[in-house]
Amino acid sequence: MSLLVRNGRVLDPGSGTDAVQDLLLLDGRVARLGTGLTAPDGVEVVDATGRVVCPGFIDLHAHLREPGQEYKETIASGTRAAAAGGYTAVCCMANTQPVNDNRAVTDYILARARAGGVVRVYPIGAVTKNLEGRNLAEMAELAEAGCVAYSDDGRCVTNAQLYRRAMEYALPFGLPVISHAEDPDLAAAGVMHEGLVATELGLAGQPAATEEVMVARDILLAELTGAHLHIAHISTAGSVRLVREARARGVRVTAEATPHHLLLTDEAVRAWDPNTRMAPPLRGKRDVEALREGLADGTIEAVATDHAPHETSEKEGEFALAANGVVGLETAVPLLLDRLVRPGHLDLPTLVARLTTGPAGLLRLPGGSLAPGAPADVTILDLEQPWAVDPTAFQSRSRNTPFAGLGGRGAPVMTIVGGVRVWP
Amino acid sequence: MAWKRKDLLSVRELEPAEITDVLDTADSMTEIASREVKKVPALRGKTVVNLFYEASTRTRTSFEIAGKWLSADVINFSASGSSAEKGESFLDTARNIEAMHPDVVVVRHKASGGPALLARHLRCSVVNAGDGAHEHPTQALLDLLTVRQKKGHLDGLNVTIVGDVLHSRVARSNIHGMRKMGMTVTVAGPPTLIPPACQELGVKVSHRLEEAIEHADVIMMLRLQHERMLGGFIPSIREYSRVWGLGLARLRHCRPDVLIMHPGPVNRGVELAPEVADGPYSVILDQVSNGVAVRMAVLYLLAGSRAA
Repeated sequence: MSLLVRNGRVLDPGSGTDAVQDLLLLDGRVARLGTGLTAPDGVEVVDATGRVVCPGFIDLHAHLREPGQEYKETIASGTRAAAAGGYTAVCCMANTQPVNDNRAVTDYILARARAGGVVRVYPIGAVTKNLEGRNLAEMAELAEAGCVAYSDDGRCVTNAQLYRRAMEYALPFGLPVISHAEDPDLAAAGVMHEGLVATELGLAGQPAATEEVMVARDILLAELTGAHLHIAHISTAGSVRLVREARARGVRVTAEATPHHLLLTDEAVRAWDPNTRMAPPLRGKRDVEALREGLADGTIEAVATDHAPHETSEKEGEFALAANGVVGLETAVPLLLDRLVRPGHLDLPTLVARLTTGPAGLLRLPGGSLAPGAPADVTILDLEQPWAVDPTAFQSRSRNTPFAGLGGRGAPVMTIVGGVRVWP
Repeated sequence: MAWKRKDLLSVRELEPAEITDVLDTADSMTEIASREVKKVPALRGKTVVNLFYEASTRTRTSFEIAGKWLSADVINFSASGSSAEKGESFLDTARNIEAMHPDVVVVRHKASGGPALLARHLRCSVVNAGDGAHEHPTQALLDLLTVRQKKGHLDGLNVTIVGDVLHSRVARSNIHGMRKMGMTVTVAGPPTLIPPACQELGVKVSHRLEEAIEHADVIMMLRLQHERMLGGFIPSIREYSRVWGLGLARLRHCRPDVLIMHPGPVNRGVELAPEVADGPYSVILDQVSNGVAVRMAVLYLLAGSRAA
């Protein structure tokens, strides 16, 4: 529960700290930050010379698949993947089997996390019962049980009246409603972004408007109700513009972007790899540029993985029949360090903020800070650490990544949760 | 030139010289059809598997005849009544067929990218016989062969492709092939049936049939699937036929030496009036005959010449 992390470059976006310092963690809390600190008796010392010491990273969007699809992932394997990827906390989406739409399922998830979880687990409860979009889930009890947000992620709540009621009903609990913005009629049979690549491949496309009409609708509903709306996995230039305008107008809307939408375009689909299939689909070059701008200027407050494990047989066949989604917990931080920070598309303090203060702030979670008294959750980075994506070495039970075989430099090298080293 | 490819998956990936190679080889195959004994020993001892996951009469028969005239052993495998109906995955079926050591697998699949998936997993040659709305390369090659036979050349010709380009693998393969061979391609149809970003393929897009066919050397009419009404692409077959169908009246505005093509099967009275389909400009049956020659050429280049 106690560690002295010595002589690292401490990067704490919350306090604006960016200096070589020592960090003392005592009894699961941050005790002190300073120079020349000495370890009390029996406290292990970690030498972080040449490394970057950050508040523990928080993934506000992952699918841990338990209960119900343990062949894809379990809370134990998913949180090991998180720890290996530099995350100290993971929010897990409600589309388990059974759906996390009542307190019994939330209790079960938290019990499994206590029993076998390596990092902190924060469940997200459903907006509607069984994600069916017909009746509200028991949102008050979900909040009492420990859910940190509401989402039918994977499905869009198409009934605007019901979604308005959900936003209103959620107000007293102070938890955001997370929107999977996708108009099912516009999406139709589309399995990738609509454009030249889809036309050439003969795959049905989904236009950017599939997402944007729902982002626009949900922003108007948030404006109507005063609720906190969070847009999951934002993927288009138009959505970024809508969120930016709404925020300027004072609407309580936040957004997250995934590493795959920040790094890949629909050109990646040309290899027919089902691991390039996800919802929303990989978009065009201009969309990727807009996401990067939004991430830099704060329109997008968080990077989220949308870690979506699937078994190999669900991701090796015909593209149009493959399951949606990719794993991300173990590749997100290395990829972002090498592909966004190293070439100068994003500065390191901003990336760290989008992984810490961003998600912690918008979900009102403890953590994301190295202020005295904060949870002793720490991620240590080595910006020169070489890496290569080898799916067979994943801690996750699943291997479905579009980044297999890529390499680069810069990776998390140690993950500390509550003052305890959980990785490596 | 020496053929180097293991597979024929798309026209998009072919070099113009490779297309010419296939057409020249096909030309030399057409003579076999007129022989008393229609058989040459080029693929004796080779096995060709026709793996058809989607109903097809003409393409499957065409590949079957092509293989048999070249003396290959041809086995037909259709998804209905097979292990696919018992829930075996496409890849598992493919691995089982590979274990029987075929030399060429000809595959028709409703999913775009199905043949590419097979080619990645199989050591034998794979020929795409049509995948989803992606490509149908042998169809485009037989169309090019037909035009070249009738016109004597391909370079500089104007082609207009009319109808449901959005769902057409034939159109995609032809657009790539015709552009590579120096032809000017116009696509015409209601905007709902023209694929997004179509101009980026290097074609002109027209929404008026008369204007689109006026200067055409070749008009290729596409089949309209009757279920397109259900997706809201068109209001009715009747209206489609009135606005986009090719009848004798419209043909009067065309060049006197225009060729009318159709990949078949024709919806008579919908996209093509019977008088036009059966008329003097129509080369629809030449396309079918050339289909056998082109498929012989492709099988020969993949399994016969490459191994030698």
